[in-house]
Amino acid sequence: MSEPPSIPPSESKRDFLKVLLGGSLVAWVGAILYPVVAYLRPPKQPEVEVTSVTVGPLESLEKGSGTIVRFGNKPVLVIRLDSGEVRAFGATCTHLDCTVQYRHDMGVVWCACHNGKYDLSGKNIEGPPPRPLDVYRVIIQGDEVLVAQNT
Amino acid sequence: MKKLGQKIFGWIDERVHMDDLLEFMGKKYVPINSHSIWYYFGGVSLFLFLIQVITGIMLLLYYKGSEELAYESIQFIMSKVEFGWLVRSIHSWAANLFVLAAMIHMFSVYFTKSYRKPREITWLTGMLMFFLALAFGFSGYLLPWNELSFFATKVGTDIVGVLPLVGKPMLEFLRSGEDVTGATLSRFFGFHVAVFPGIFTVLLGIHLLLVQRQGMSEPLGHEGAAHDEEKRMPFFPNFILRDLLLWLLILNLIALLAVFFPWELGQKADLFAAAPAGIKPEWYFLFMFQTLKYLPAQILFVDGELVGILFFGLAGLLWTLVPFWDRKSSRGERNHLVNYLGLGAVLYIILLTILGWLA
Repeated sequence: MSEPPSIPPSESKRDFLKVLLGGSLVAWVGAILYPVVAYLRPPKQPEVEVTSVTVGPLESLEKGSGTIVRFGNKPVLVIRLDSGEVRAFGATCTHLDCTVQYRHDMGVVWCACHNGKYDLSGKNIEGPPPRPLDVYRVIIQGDEVLVAQNT
Repeated sequence: MKKLGQKIFGWIDERVHMDDLLEFMGKKYVPINSHSIWYYFGGVSLFLFLIQVITGIMLLLYYKGSEELAYESIQFIMSKVEFGWLVRSIHSWAANLFVLAAMIHMFSVYFTKSYRKPREITWLTGMLMFFLALAFGFSGYLLPWNELSFFATKVGTDIVGVLPLVGKPMLEFLRSGEDVTGATLSRFFGFHVAVFPGIFTVLLGIHLLLVQRQGMSEPLGHEGAAHDEEKRMPFFPNFILRDLLLWLLILNLIALLAVFFPWELGQKADLFAAAPAGIKPEWYFLFMFQTLKYLPAQILFVDGELVGILFFGLAGLLWTLVPFWDRKSSRGERNHLVNYLGLGAVLYIILLTILGWLA
């Protein structure tokens, strides 16, 4: 009579089945969860690459005023200073995503949401904004004002 | 008529043995002590929630959850549908009163330490429902798709995006993309009318079942209702009738508010307009909003708003877990630390809310 093996065959068979069933269960849960999670993630919409937009004729921008133009799907603030110079900044506040505006009375770019202030070069000078505004390039072609991405 | 009623009762009783339930209801009592008034606020919250369910379903019959139609459909409800202005106004007013009643209920349970053993699960389900109430408020606020709600949603979801690692995926999940758009509106609509009510109903079921099963908690030092008939009143009918009277008064109050202070609709959201001056969130988010205004851009190399968010997150977590770290109250001892922390929280919230209000 030989010694019985230290692991009876039934044990190893059981372990094998445990791994097989456990693995199948994990795979099954994964097969259900993956489509659910993937479904919840919004699909990437094809975006038209915008490099520049036309703001309009220079005289339509009054001195000491600002206007917001659509740059792809981002708002851009175009300011005409008292001196007549035109500047453009990304209008999205770097604090919490609100849209900023030019306040001629305060002489700053101002965010109404949390009272953040930027100077007229886009630098964050007061309140909670952590970074300066994105600066856009202003091109004046004849009488037309164009705004372009700063490369 | 009475005979028919008895017959129906007998028919049901024969099958489901109502007598057990009636006996249980008959024995149930509510303690009478100097803190008894707080017992009413749970019921008031429940009543306001029921109003929200009913008026919410009514609004759902006309509301259209899309960027092009949301604002217009509410205009339609308020101007064309008979009593539509009333239903919408009640829904908005009751929402605010619901948050207020739930808040009072929560603070009263906190200060009377009613969360102590054996009522930890009741407290936890209550806190989850409170957070859901805020989520209801936040998601519902966007549905009219007006200027204020658009920027409130931008700020509120951007705050989530500030969190390290999980922030960005969570932000995109909430907004259904990188920006707040019509896709966000569809998503919030789904959360507001399906996801949140579903979860809330389950939690509410557990919460109410536990309250029935364990009975009302008595504040420390005011025990004795179990042995002294003078110190308690029957739940049915004495307490229930008082409850119903209060519900009736509140319904009248809401009707008055809705009629004399109708909820405004504001301007339709414009994705390419500057945030309007004087923009503010609903009053129950005002203290956090005001805190964010005071935080500097950077605190020790970390963005100010991240510090603020982590602080409120941690405070909320500690608050929710109070039954597990306040062991003294469960042993029947006084715990002054809990009182001081709670008092600090209340004073902070009131002070910052007032400052936010005045700003």
